[in-house]
Amino acid sequence: MAFLELTGIQKRFGEVAAVQNFDLAAEAGEFVSFLGPSGCGKTTTLRMIAGFERPTSGKIVVKGVDITNRAPNQRNVGMVFQSYALFPNMTVADNVGFGLKVRKQPKDQIRKRVGELLELIHLPDKAGRYPWQLSGGQQQRVALARALAIEPQVLLLDEPLSALDAKIRVSLRNEIRAIQRQLGITTVYVTHDQEEALSLSDRIVVMSEGRIEQTGTPFEIYNFPSTGFVARFVGTLNVVSAKVLDPTAGTLETAGQPIRAAGPISGGHSGDSVTVALRPEIISLGAREGMNQLSGVVDDVTFLGSIVRVRIRFSDGSGAISFDTFNNPHLAVPDRGTAVTISFPPEACLVLDRAEIAAAAAPEDPDAA
Amino acid sequence: MTNAALPLSAPGTPSARPVRRRIGWGWLGIVPFLLFAFLFLIAPTAYLVVGSFQNAKGALTLENFQQLFSPAIIATYGNSIEISLVTALAGGIFGFLLAYAVISGGLPGILRSALMTFSGVASNFAGVPLALAFIFTLGRVGLFTIFMRTVLGVDLYAGDFSLYTKLGLEIVYLYFQFPLMILIIAPAIDGLKKDWREAAENMGASSFQYWRHVALPILMPSLLGTMILLFGNSFGAQATAYQLTGGFIDIVTIAISRQMRGDVLYDPNLGYALAMGMVVIMAISITAYSLLQRRSERWLK
Ligand SMILES: Nc1ncnc2c1ncn2[C@@H]1O[C@H](COP(=O)(O)OP(=O)(O)O)[C@@H](O)[C@H]1O
Ligand SMILES: [Mg+2]
Repeated sequence: MAFLELTGIQKRFGEVAAVQNFDLAAEAGEFVSFLGPSGCGKTTTLRMIAGFERPTSGKIVVKGVDITNRAPNQRNVGMVFQSYALFPNMTVADNVGFGLKVRKQPKDQIRKRVGELLELIHLPDKAGRYPWQLSGGQQQRVALARALAIEPQVLLLDEPLSALDAKIRVSLRNEIRAIQRQLGITTVYVTHDQEEALSLSDRIVVMSEGRIEQTGTPFEIYNFPSTGFVARFVGTLNVVSAKVLDPTAGTLETAGQPIRAAGPISGGHSGDSVTVALRPEIISLGAREGMNQLSGVVDDVTFLGSIVRVRIRFSDGSGAISFDTFNNPHLAVPDRGTAVTISFPPEACLVLDRAEIAAAAAPEDPDAA
Repeated sequence: MTNAALPLSAPGTPSARPVRRRIGWGWLGIVPFLLFAFLFLIAPTAYLVVGSFQNAKGALTLENFQQLFSPAIIATYGNSIEISLVTALAGGIFGFLLAYAVISGGLPGILRSALMTFSGVASNFAGVPLALAFIFTLGRVGLFTIFMRTVLGVDLYAGDFSLYTKLGLEIVYLYFQFPLMILIIAPAIDGLKKDWREAAENMGASSFQYWRHVALPILMPSLLGTMILLFGNSFGAQATAYQLTGGFIDIVTIAISRQMRGDVLYDPNLGYALAMGMVVIMAISITAYSLLQRRSERWLK
């Protein structure tokens, strides 16, 4: 039995179905991320684990105990808020010790534990400061220590870094992960930033419109997205529309040019519209023998330091493909407007969601039909 | 008043020449305001200060201030302070509970705007009309009094109750005190973040513990500050009390007017000294208010 289990979770707010058919089984010590665009139900799911929302149906079990209907203050689940939510009237030490104080622990024991936690977050000299005297990053570290003070069974973080600037975001997320590993605490981390989710998680739950799109390791999610949504949302995969030519041979047509997938297109029929995801790392500039080749015009060149990102547009206007090349001072980067050919092996093509594409081809508004 | 004499560029700067500040004509714009402030604010205050140190013949004296410490005048101040304290506390607590219920009690939003509108009006409803309104409803032959006696058989005036006493005055003052509390405390209650309550709950705190350790300490500067404001509000009220009791209640503002109008007593210089006493009490209140306000602004930003 998994450590944290969500089974058949649904949550409705009146007419709005915020979360539907949500299932998750997280092992002890696992770091799971909920990833998805704003409004897809990540926070609602997290708040159901914390007890701030009651699921409309479904069950939440921690370590074999059903906590679905327990009050938030009876759950022993630590939460870190996007807004930090530090108590402004208390010092850092009092904030961190709050959970122990309301549990009526002896004063000297609280002081000792607070000291340990401040060491853990590398702020041992800030015990007497007030929240408004700290930077955003420091405040969020204090909030983390405060959530950990009660030794929660599960740690929940709701976009804890999104109010911070980019540099601190990266260093703090590494710090959070290091502390999580050190304590071995089961963690659910909510974010809309795919890079954050990919770099931190043992497992990612990609969500869209209240549903799970795909659950898997960062490697699986990034390399083998199971839906067009995941391919588009996670990573910088190129997503182009294509037509199936011959499903058994695995041939397709995109931008009026034939390409070949690695194997047969199961369940596909000739003439089907599909989504093809292309991994940018495998695409290279220039025509190569034995590979898929597409010709287009350079639409944009972005210099990103060690990497140069090139975007190609096709003459028939059917989309664009971006890919990265390493910056090499001895090689010229093509100018905008130049006609070029790119090459990629058949393995780089992922054929996705035939059904979804078929549905999208139907009129947008079902009522209008 | 300009600091043109100060060197504006660092010493050693090659072109360190004395900078001539041009005095524009912009200041002309505030002349009417300065004039107004002088005529109606500064001059009367100065007149008051000077007068309080003079006797009837215009000679310099401290006698007026010595008189402030006579038992009768101390009792007068005592009455004013008591009425102000009672109405500030009662109005403050009642107003806070009402504001909290409407803002955070999950009541329909329309109730909130209705209460705010009422408070805006009621907090400015004072003086003669307020006194008359109460006389007509709660007075000896007021509408409510008659209703209670004839329909329900309850005689409000059977015991010690009278609208024209200290208690009566306190009830009347409460009518504008608690709406003022609502108006001023509402933003502070809005400033209590939902995340604070949830964070507290998340760490195992009960509702009581949240109030005791988080919400009340955060609100305390605003609560105390606003009550100080209510205190000053009631301390300075005169017209309501005068109209209600016909000038027979012994509070500072009425005592001042008695010394100035001079039907029986006439000693304007003592009146000035009484007013100076009020100024001191008001100054202390306002200082305390702004200190507390500054503290809560830091928290609620
Ligand atoms: N308290 C609420 N009342 C009504 N609708 C809500 C409430 N909380 C969230 N929702 C709705 O539920 C959906 C999911 O919201 P949320 O879980 O906050 O998304 P996310 O955290 O992924 O951005 C949204 O459509 C949102 O408008
Ligand atoms: Mg959210």
